[in-house]
Amino acid sequence: MPVELSKMPKIVTRHFGAEEVKKIAEARKQGGYTQLKKAFAMQPQAIVDEVKKSNLRGRGGAGFPTGMKWGFIPKDAKTVYLVINADESEPGTCKDRELIYWDPHLLIEGVIISSYALGCSHAYIYIRGEMIREFAVLQRAVEEAYASGLLGAESPTAKGPFKLDLTVHRGAGAYICGEETSLLNSLEGKRGWPRLKPPFPAVKGLFGQPTIVNNVETICNIPAIIDKGAEWFAGLGTPRSGGTRILCMSGHLNKPGVFELPMGIPLRTVINDICGGVPGGKKVKAVIPGGSSMPPLDASELDIPMEFDALMTDERIKPVEVKPGVKFDMGGGKILRTMAGSGGVIVMDESTDLVAVTWRIMKFYAHESCGQCTPCREGTGWLARITERMARGEGRPGDVELCGTIAHGIAGNTICPLGEAAAWPMLGFLTKFRSEFEAKIKPGLVPEIPAHPITATGIRSPELERRG
Amino acid sequence: MALTFTDEAKRKIATLRSRYPDPQAACLPVLHLAQDEFGYISDEAVGLVADAIGVPHSHVWGVVTFYTMYHQHPTGKHTLMVCTNVSCMLRGGYEVLEAIEKKLGCKRGENSADGEFTIVEEECLAACADAPAMISGERYFLRLTPELAMRALEDIKKMPPDHGHQPPSTIAKARKS
Ligand SMILES: Cc1cc2nc3c(=O)[nH]c(=O)nc-3n(C[C@H](O)[C@H](O)[C@H](O)COP(=O)(O)O)c2cc1C
Ligand code: SF4
Ligand code: FES
Repeated sequence: MPVELSKMPKIVTRHFGAEEVKKIAEARKQGGYTQLKKAFAMQPQAIVDEVKKSNLRGRGGAGFPTGMKWGFIPKDAKTVYLVINADESEPGTCKDRELIYWDPHLLIEGVIISSYALGCSHAYIYIRGEMIREFAVLQRAVEEAYASGLLGAESPTAKGPFKLDLTVHRGAGAYICGEETSLLNSLEGKRGWPRLKPPFPAVKGLFGQPTIVNNVETICNIPAIIDKGAEWFAGLGTPRSGGTRILCMSGHLNKPGVFELPMGIPLRTVINDICGGVPGGKKVKAVIPGGSSMPPLDASELDIPMEFDALMTDERIKPVEVKPGVKFDMGGGKILRTMAGSGGVIVMDESTDLVAVTWRIMKFYAHESCGQCTPCREGTGWLARITERMARGEGRPGDVELCGTIAHGIAGNTICPLGEAAAWPMLGFLTKFRSEFEAKIKPGLVPEIPAHPITATGIRSPELERRG
Repeated sequence: MALTFTDEAKRKIATLRSRYPDPQAACLPVLHLAQDEFGYISDEAVGLVADAIGVPHSHVWGVVTFYTMYHQHPTGKHTLMVCTNVSCMLRGGYEVLEAIEKKLGCKRGENSADGEFTIVEEECLAACADAPAMISGERYFLRLTPELAMRALEDIKKMPPDHGHQPPSTIAKARKS
């Protein structure tokens, strides 16, 4: 049954394509800021409860229940900060940038309501430095909101005194600053080094105060929850994940794009019906389901619902292995399949050289490691160099095993999850596409994949060639 | 002969500082401002920024070297941020980057001889659905091919420079005696 995009509920992307909504007058005409009145008529705690009931889960990567996170703020906290994570830089992810560009006032409305619920009087939006255009759009929108008295002025209708300041803070080029504690350090004017947890930001975060860090898409959902209620929102999703989900569809697709879709839509439906399938009628070989730090799916795993729990637990997804026959233990016997992550879905067709792709992913994490922990700093560099020589068809006997050992040695032994972000895809690609890596050591084993990393789709790195 | 912030810049710095309970937090925004004013972050600019927010020079150095967007050397008028991460690579990002390098006669990380461009190989620019992607200033160049990239270069030349741009020879203008 073909899927009709126009019939699907749209909560956060409904203004995509409408240039005028960036201006506050037009935004208000389209219903912007109308939920403030309703929210201010509620007690802050009632909003937190409503968000809990809505089953809204964080859209930044981990899928943590938002209401529960909000509940971690100590009851006696005097100063609370809300920080919006707009650092979007997980490869494959391109939704927060679009949200900010098309509907900055929706984000600001979400920030005001969330701040009221949390007792926050100064919120920060940490926007990625490279997003120069989006920074300009957002800054203009914030200034309009100040000029209209929505920010920076005492709210006449709130229960109790409430006045919110909102500062947009630009990053300066560092993927690691998307990690929440690194982001807080960066916001404090330091190098973006992740902090040890605990203490968690909800207890001791920005400037040492209780802090909630939430993703842009997460917060953009808040006004709709106030408007239509928690039951409605929860009812849109699956039993444990409320609402819709943006999927960023990229790679070998006829119609790539950013789509707000029902939570739990099967991946195959998205690829074939929404994105028009793979160019040239080629077959899918691999799909990264949630940003490049997530283990890939293979062609037999495309009927999985694109939803937080399913991607972790659906038994149709093969568990990631440390080496053939040995499942990767995430601790406490928990096995790793994959995760929904940031919603960045990268589709790769049958002609793709997955060793070259793995190299590019490892090169990325090696470049972005902040260098604090030895396993991550050294390990990601080793993985980048070993996968590079494999991609060039110059792998040495033992390299495949070595990659597995190194990745296993990084995972679980670092301050922040960037270590896993490199180790998981390494182990995932090795688990599901091991023969391709082996073929790079003994060229000729898998003849349809050239030993030299040039493919029909143009995966070619001049860097690999230059040094060859 | 010391580099100084203009009065206008000083006013902006005061506003930036007022947005945080701790002036050190203004470090990144003031560095962005300094780069806009002076074109790049020189040793002198580091000192100015450090003094403006009351932190040791070494702290600002640590920050400047940690982040990739602060240029420690003079750059071309326009920075070309070309993505080669997975989604872009799958659709020809490396070919686009190579074509630009060939056309400008310089490699990634370098400035073109005419002082117009600096090429930066970027990690994912959050425009993956429109890969391959490039950003210059406030503009995005999407779904690029090597040919489209050549046209983009012509467009970009007509745009205002990224920063209050001073090629090395005119940096003296920013200095007050
Ligand atoms: C290495 C790393 C990079 C991350 N990058 C981002 C990012 O760019 N944007 C984001 O929202 N969350 C990112 N996260 C997740 C954040 O740490 C945090 O969990 C999230 O912002 C919380 O918001 P949420 O609960 O609304 O999802 C990253 C995490 C890690 C470990
Ligand atoms: S895991 Fe990597 S990125 Fe994270 S703190 Fe350690 S060195 Fe830094
Ligand atoms: S991979 Fe190039 S923009 Fe995301």
